[in-house]
Amino acid sequence: MRLAKRSRARLPRGEGAGAWLAAGSVALSLLALLALLSLLAIRGLGHFWPASIALVALDDGRQLAGEQVREVPLPDGTGRERLYRIGNRDLDGTRWAWVPVSAIAAVSHPPELMVLERHRWGEAIGRLVAVESETGERLEGQAARAVLENRMTELASLRQARDTLRDEVVLPRVQALQEGGDVERELATANARLRELQAAMQAGHLTLETASGERWQVPLDQILRVRYPNAMSPLDKLVVWGEGVWRFLSEGPRAANTAGGVWPAIFGTVLMVMLMSILVTPFGVLAAIYLNEVAHQGRLTRLVRIAVRNLAGVPSIVYGVFGLGVFVYGIGGSLDEWFFDAALPSPTFGTGGLLWASLTLALLTLPVVIVATEEGLARIPDQQREGALALGATRLEMLTRVVLPMATPAMLTGVILAVARAAGEVAPLMLVGVAKLAPQVPVDADFPFLHLERKFMHLGYHIFDAAFHGGDVQAAMPLVYATALLLVLVILVLNLTAIFLRHHLSTRHGALSRR
Amino acid sequence: MSFVQDLSSSPDSAALIDFSPEASSLAIRGLSLAYGDKPALRDLTLRIPRHRVTAFIGPSGCGKSTLLRVFNRLHDLNDEVVRTGEVRLEGEEIHGPAVAVAELRRRVGMVFQAPNPFPMSIHDNVAFGLRLQGGLSKRKQDDIIEWALRSAALWDEVKDRLRASAWSLSGGQQQRLVIARTLAVGPEVLLLDEPASALDPISTLKIEELIRNLKTHLTLVLVTHNMQQAARVSDYTAFLQDGELVEYGPTDTLFTNPRLRRTENYITGRMA
Ligand SMILES: Nc1ncnc2c1ncn2[C@@H]1O[C@H](COP(=O)(O)OP(=O)(O)O)[C@@H](O)[C@H]1O
Ligand SMILES: [Mg+2]
Repeated sequence: MRLAKRSRARLPRGEGAGAWLAAGSVALSLLALLALLSLLAIRGLGHFWPASIALVALDDGRQLAGEQVREVPLPDGTGRERLYRIGNRDLDGTRWAWVPVSAIAAVSHPPELMVLERHRWGEAIGRLVAVESETGERLEGQAARAVLENRMTELASLRQARDTLRDEVVLPRVQALQEGGDVERELATANARLRELQAAMQAGHLTLETASGERWQVPLDQILRVRYPNAMSPLDKLVVWGEGVWRFLSEGPRAANTAGGVWPAIFGTVLMVMLMSILVTPFGVLAAIYLNEVAHQGRLTRLVRIAVRNLAGVPSIVYGVFGLGVFVYGIGGSLDEWFFDAALPSPTFGTGGLLWASLTLALLTLPVVIVATEEGLARIPDQQREGALALGATRLEMLTRVVLPMATPAMLTGVILAVARAAGEVAPLMLVGVAKLAPQVPVDADFPFLHLERKFMHLGYHIFDAAFHGGDVQAAMPLVYATALLLVLVILVLNLTAIFLRHHLSTRHGALSRR
Repeated sequence: MSFVQDLSSSPDSAALIDFSPEASSLAIRGLSLAYGDKPALRDLTLRIPRHRVTAFIGPSGCGKSTLLRVFNRLHDLNDEVVRTGEVRLEGEEIHGPAVAVAELRRRVGMVFQAPNPFPMSIHDNVAFGLRLQGGLSKRKQDDIIEWALRSAALWDEVKDRLRASAWSLSGGQQQRLVIARTLAVGPEVLLLDEPASALDPISTLKIEELIRNLKTHLTLVLVTHNMQQAARVSDYTAFLQDGELVEYGPTDTLFTNPRLRRTENYITGRMA
């Protein structure tokens, strides 16, 4: 702790190879960390930048429009080729086009090129030809643009109304119905309203002309956003970028996790880690107190201590298997039989969920907390303990009034280490409760508010899933980078919180740090 | 002194003086103690006079601290310790079944070699023992704290910063704070285990003066390896060696005219 810091010998400054080596390795690790973060940041955050759309004319007369992603040498070394993200996946069957640079006749950036962000199938790129309303009314040119913009705002509010209705009126009543409530009338009205909204959204479509000259009708309700990137000023682009980043942070995923946001995963990760800390801290601290303050310091205690230290080295997947066998099937299965037999055979606690995942990770990080707390306890001089006893304190009073306050920073160090370890763990979670897609976050307005039995999403697993299970890995890659960056940042924030807490607690004891 | 028995009447006794039971605070009879199978105290019998300063001297490892810790039962925590014999405080056996350890430790306070204030404010350090007892009004508590700090000759130095951390005090101040903390719970006996050995000469003198002042209402037992200190502050001195009581008598007599060769050798620095 602080005592160690003070007595640590320092290498003489500017002298000897040792000092240089030490400084060099510190610099190197910092650089490596920085490089990692900037790679993730550039690859991930760049994705939200509305890049210009190039209209590429090829030598053979064909045209394509898309965002240039990168340019690399041809495999045979005779020139270079470019990768364009051309969208229109449902039309062409692919979203990407490789073009040899030598085959390009001209590149231009016409301002009227339009990018449609759609609910499914990714973006559509082309020129706006016309907008047709449900009544068959057809508008072209500037008028079409204006009406499209209006229609988008309208759609956004319709969507909002629909989501609110679904989440706040329909879903709770469906649940109430399952539990035998008498809400059929209300539900029917709500459903009718839902259908109305749905119908209002389904009106109209627009006609798009792709770069290759094809005309194509896109239903308006499929479109999330319309952009004309080539006509945007850098400031406009920045705003769009900010909105994109915000949506990434605040929305749920779409299109099998290859698009949309990661809010449920952020929420799940943080909630799971916090639950884990709440579970592991008391157990770890009590165990450490027992080992260090209560137990007879004999061979058995030494053995237990060695065992605890070795537990820290057990691979995390083993904990996952243990959690699955003991928590999920064992305890969860019994809980279901005793308390949730109405729902059987569909399991309530007898399947992976938030509680079991947190417990499994708590078990995984228990040794870390025990070891850190024990070290903190061992550093407290016996004179402090004897001083308390000599004043007439019982052992319990000595522990709670002198020893534990002094060991708090060490305890929190343990929790920090536990958080750092737990937030990045993915493997055991796959066995005990993480879900690829969990539309309902485990906290909501329904009693008991925190739903420990629910499955949850996790940033680490989201990365894994988006990178390896999506249909279009190329498209998901930027999101993978962005999610990875986010995971690092979330761990950082969790750690900083704990460090802040530790600092706050130790300054409360004032000169403890000055000594 | 009237209660000192005629020395000639107990020629072969190591305890050269024997106070009447009424005049003694602690009475030890046949006390032996071992850490596991390693003896540390061998068959000690002596009485410690009330409201006097009694010093224990002897080479390092002779059992001085061990003896002191018997008096407030700090050995209770160590399962290794095997003890036989009696220790009576004001006539009552301290190891008796009816004795509450916490209560005993409040009656027999202890100050250790290295100052060990708790990582709290000066005020809270002194309040620590009071709060354990509970039931005191805030005003009463503050009065006792002031009284204790005054008794420990620390009040003037800290009265303006009672909320400052105790660890911001100097070593000497910390030791006086620890004494104040102990005084606050109202002990009858104060055990001091080399209280000044980690302090500078001026702080040492302050502690010594404090010890002399405290004996008006306290029984003090002082362990020291500093012969001059024993000579300066104590009324009686006991010399221990290898866990045995070698010689015990009025300080003046013991230092100027020791009865035994071993004592004389130790005092004059001719240790084997
Ligand atoms: N906790 C303990 N466990 C085992 N032996 C101890 C312990 N404390 C002291 N001793 C031993 O008992 C003897 C007396 O020690 P101590 O009372 O500390 O001597 P002093 O205070 O006179 O220097 C020494 O030999 C010491 O090694
Ligand atoms: Mg000692």
